[in-house]
Amino acid sequence: MSTVTDTKKAPAGERVADWADGRLGIYSLAKANMRKIFPDHWSFMLGEICLYSFLIIILTGVYLTMFFHPSMNEVEYVGPYVPLQGQLMSEAFNSTMHISFEVRGGLLIRQIHHWAALIFLAGMFVHMMRVFFTGAFRKPREINWLFGFLLFFLGMFTGFTGYSLPDDLLSGTGVRFMQGAILSVPVVGTYLSMFLFGGEFPGGDFVARFYSAHVLLLPGIMLGLVVAHLILVFFHKHTQFAGPGRTNNNVVGMPLLPVYMAKAGGFFFLVFGVIAVISAIASINPIWALGPYRPDQVSTGAQPDWYMGFAEGLIRVMPGWEINLWGHTLVLGVMIPLAIFPAVLGAIAVYPFIESWITGDKREHHIAQRPRNAPTRTAFGVAWITAYFIMLVGGGNDLWATHFHLSINAITWFVRIFFFVGPVLAFIATKRICLGLQRRDKDKVLHGRESGIIKRLPHGEFVEVHEPLSQGELHRLTAHEQYDAAELPPAVDENGVERKIGRMEKLRVKLNKGYYGDDSQVAKPTVEEYKEIQSGHGHH
Amino acid sequence: MKKLSARRRHPLAAVVVLLLALAATGGLYAAFAPAGTAKADETAQSLAIEEGKKLYSVGCASCHGTGGQGTTDGPSLVGVGSASVDFQVGTGRMPAQQPGAQVPKKKVIYSQAEIDQLAAYVASLGSGPITPTEGQYDTAGANIGRGGELFRNNCAQCHNFTGEGGALTYGKYAPSLEGVSPKHLYEAMQTGPQNMPSFPDTTMPEKEKKDIIAYVQAVNSDKADNPGGLKLGGLGPVSEGLFAWIFGLGALIAVAIWVAAHTAKAKKS
Repeated sequence: MSTVTDTKKAPAGERVADWADGRLGIYSLAKANMRKIFPDHWSFMLGEICLYSFLIIILTGVYLTMFFHPSMNEVEYVGPYVPLQGQLMSEAFNSTMHISFEVRGGLLIRQIHHWAALIFLAGMFVHMMRVFFTGAFRKPREINWLFGFLLFFLGMFTGFTGYSLPDDLLSGTGVRFMQGAILSVPVVGTYLSMFLFGGEFPGGDFVARFYSAHVLLLPGIMLGLVVAHLILVFFHKHTQFAGPGRTNNNVVGMPLLPVYMAKAGGFFFLVFGVIAVISAIASINPIWALGPYRPDQVSTGAQPDWYMGFAEGLIRVMPGWEINLWGHTLVLGVMIPLAIFPAVLGAIAVYPFIESWITGDKREHHIAQRPRNAPTRTAFGVAWITAYFIMLVGGGNDLWATHFHLSINAITWFVRIFFFVGPVLAFIATKRICLGLQRRDKDKVLHGRESGIIKRLPHGEFVEVHEPLSQGELHRLTAHEQYDAAELPPAVDENGVERKIGRMEKLRVKLNKGYYGDDSQVAKPTVEEYKEIQSGHGHH
Repeated sequence: MKKLSARRRHPLAAVVVLLLALAATGGLYAAFAPAGTAKADETAQSLAIEEGKKLYSVGCASCHGTGGQGTTDGPSLVGVGSASVDFQVGTGRMPAQQPGAQVPKKKVIYSQAEIDQLAAYVASLGSGPITPTEGQYDTAGANIGRGGELFRNNCAQCHNFTGEGGALTYGKYAPSLEGVSPKHLYEAMQTGPQNMPSFPDTTMPEKEKKDIIAYVQAVNSDKADNPGGLKLGGLGPVSEGLFAWIFGLGALIAVAIWVAAHTAKAKKS
């Protein structure tokens, strides 16, 4: 390119590129990556929604830090909002009022920040479920699944610390809730609480401490995880749904440059636009209406943001049990929910490892599955979501009561029972639905698509004409592979010696049968079956 | 003074002193006695009670008893005062439609004149809180900030931060305060209707009630401004979360589907 013998000067752009290539080696990088292929499917863009809302949160958050004072010094409010004038409040609350009413664009930026946070978490939830239900967490993507889960988990606490910063009556109640949960930890609870709050609750420290966690520690870790997550996506390449020409060894789609860069760039602005519009029309966390936090005050309807509603529900529906032992109180009513909370979240996090242990499948998988073709996993996922959302109902039990004219006690009992019964019912129902859909697919492959055309045969019988599917569609419906259920090896080996089979192996085989036994999947149509039916022409 | 002392042994002196004492007592009584019944138009008041009793017999007696003594279906009304009647009937809660966890507010079926007559009758059964005059609940000059503080201290536990209402046990609830008139707010605090505790002047002086009314008017009425936009019911994170899921994530997924559907395609030639 840039040889000394060149007499004609290269265009400016090329010279800049040459300069950069000489120092950064961008040409070989670009050569390798510009044609990187990404498959097209709307559900593959859920992760992008998360990424962009995360960027929006960082950008707006930076703006907010310029005006926010993370201090709990008491000041008198003298700002323009009349119903709070003359009230004593912390500087944190006062500066948030200042941002909302006096800083140019402050309220809009605050609302974008908060709405984007809710959408970020909701996006991560849905993105995670997409990966779960399509089996995209299978080898080689288990680590990336964990990174994603950690992002969701840290996002919850980043959100919680941010929600607590304005020191308003709502979030103060939430912090008090958290402190109560910490206090319920046996033996060390009191010490942990004193350590975290620098003394008795609320003390004068927690806003500053939450602030550094919220703007530095947690987002720093999250940013690192996001980068690692993206590098792994790049490295593993994206999964794709089965289709003609798509195999486990290729990726069919559009190149990163220019198509995906343009699409992704445009999508960023669409996400920003949608969030900005929402923030411009709907208020969120109106701290002026909530008032400053005082430990002696509380309001009804005090809930955390939705991603913590699950924890709120656990506490709300848990009976207030406690045990007194040798002068110490074990607050089971708080301690048990505190233990269930990570257990439920952890269940979904470790699922990929459990599944790969059950299947014993150590191969790489790059074709995303259709949820119906993995009925047991899909049923487990739906059961998990059911438990999660039933607890969300529990967290908002008061609003369900007032808006549906129900008794709050009845709702609480419903949630208590259905936290256990609901997932079981959901599991059974989902599995049946998946099997039904598999049968439907099989029927479609073998007999074709219902055309809606009714034909009357000479002898008077009416039949519906079925149209055969296209080759592509046939492939799509039959591309999935099906496992054979595992079997325990014979009890004695060929030499007549009794085999030693571990208890774990027995459990694994049992679970495997539950996953891939005859009751858990419908054998997909074989070529022979297809040919046989198709040759019996004219029957349908 | 000589004349007076000279006649103090007069046979009629005792009579004169007695007359003077009587006049003074009567006069003082007239001057300081509770004005209510004494000053009002005696005939109009008794007429109102009379009419109120008639209305009461038709609309209320089936549950509260013929003399307001109460039955198994309704509490005694002796001593509840005219303010209670004005609140319960004036907000349509009474006459109740059906028994239940709580009697909801509904369309008001009596005119204000009839409500006053009913109130006069019930007040005549025994003394209780009196319907406030406009001067008592007029919020001019009230301290809204102080009202907010009092509200968060005394009311928000059940009625929510800005009086959007909230749930109580077993189907009972604290109703929304949106659109409730200052008079009814005052009466509710004074009398403590249904599940609400009462806040008589001894625990919450008139001035503080005014502040609270002014605060409720400032944050939860037609005049209240919502600088952030739609207030989504003022219910906090639950409605915000629903909104974020349905309209936020919903819109973004719709956009994603749209973007994915418009992909770059090789030119067909």
